[in-house]
Amino acid sequence: MGWYNKRLAKSIWVFHVSASPCNNCDIEILDLLTPRYDLERFGIKLVGSIRHADVLLVSGIFNQKVGPRVQQIYQQAPKPCFVVGIGTCPASGCCFKDSYNISKNIKDIIPINLYIPGCPPKPENMIAGIVKLVEVLNA
Amino acid sequence: MRPEYLFYLLVFPGLLFTGTLGLVVGCVDRKVSARFQFRVGPPFLQNFNDFFKLLGKETIITKEAVASLFISAPFIAFSMIVLVSAMIGTAMFFGVSFGGDVIVVMYLLMLYSVMVILGGACTGNVYSSIGAGREIKLLLADELAFILVLLVPIVKSGYVLSLDGILAAQQDGLFIGSASGIIAFIVGILCIQAKMTLTPFDIPEAETEIVDGPFMEYSGPPLAFWKLSHLMMWVTFPFLLILLFWGGFNLSGLGILWAILKYLLIVVVMIIIKNTNPRVRIDTALNFFWKYATPLALIALILAVLGA
Ligand code: SF4
Repeated sequence: MGWYNKRLAKSIWVFHVSASPCNNCDIEILDLLTPRYDLERFGIKLVGSIRHADVLLVSGIFNQKVGPRVQQIYQQAPKPCFVVGIGTCPASGCCFKDSYNISKNIKDIIPINLYIPGCPPKPENMIAGIVKLVEVLNA
Repeated sequence: MRPEYLFYLLVFPGLLFTGTLGLVVGCVDRKVSARFQFRVGPPFLQNFNDFFKLLGKETIITKEAVASLFISAPFIAFSMIVLVSAMIGTAMFFGVSFGGDVIVVMYLLMLYSVMVILGGACTGNVYSSIGAGREIKLLLADELAFILVLLVPIVKSGYVLSLDGILAAQQDGLFIGSASGIIAFIVGILCIQAKMTLTPFDIPEAETEIVDGPFMEYSGPPLAFWKLSHLMMWVTFPFLLILLFWGGFNLSGLGILWAILKYLLIVVVMIIIKNTNPRVRIDTALNFFWKYATPLALIALILAVLGA
């Protein structure tokens, strides 16, 4: 599938899933998609419908209300589909890690392929992370 | 059937040529749009990557969808566009056509919109249904103006209904050089903008409010073919206008350069309109077409009948 993966790596359509973040990561994701960083250079495009998505950008801690919804969204995405966790929240819970309402085991909800740490991560950092994903696909 | 007809349909003016050119022109569109926003824009072969990527994705059929219609709509729509581009192309490059093919072109182009409406309405998704409804309204808005525009060259060529005959009638004087021709040509570009659902009239797709409208639930190969037929319209519609008003292409010597220039001029005008206008409301679009564009096209038609 080498040839196909190369096509996939050159045309990543991202879908933004906001799973109860503090909202800073979302703002940074929106920054990432502005003309200043111009992700279309890499063929990355923001799509509005989950059916068109190749990569889900999830941010936040997945609280108990949102967790099942995120799972549902992931199941609705056409495969192959990758999940990128934006921020420290999906990785470790960040400052919310002792809250009463967070999902204990995010890995049971959806498989996250790549973490981009930072609270919130800078757009440059996210580009570096997505380039890593592209490298894995190209290998 | 003669074997070269298959070649016309599948290779030269039809499937392969229009598809490839459409994907390339789609890249030009994205590149120029990016320059409008002070961006660099995607790599040149981006649309090919998108297309082949979509071919390899999973196709999801929703539980509420009418599966047969859901799957067949994009392919029927795609074959309509292939047929239209093959008909326009053969008339333009080989001079092969039959009486009344302007009317067939009109019908096939309308059938494309009908397939968009059916495909969108059968998914069981609310946003798709809204998109399909808006597509109907847009069709009601632009269809009359479009038909009136197509009638102008028919009248001017002495009531010839074949693309070939219209082309031949322009040997002594292009239609775009006359008053009625230029008015119809300008209205035609606006109609095309609406027929292709490009930005001032992208009401059915409206990415930011109804998430791609009729195409929302599509994934994988069916989505790829929706995208491809949409990109192929970047070829079909400008070619149609060039054939009807601008004397077709003369592919000998420097004529090739002039042909490319003509085509690019129309495409760039469309891209500029697309990038400098915000999306209009559905009532504004109806107003625009019924109050301004259609009367203008009617005036052009009257002028044509009077011989101007
Ligand atoms: S990682 Fe930090 S900035 Fe991002 S959502 Fe969590 S707390 Fe907010």
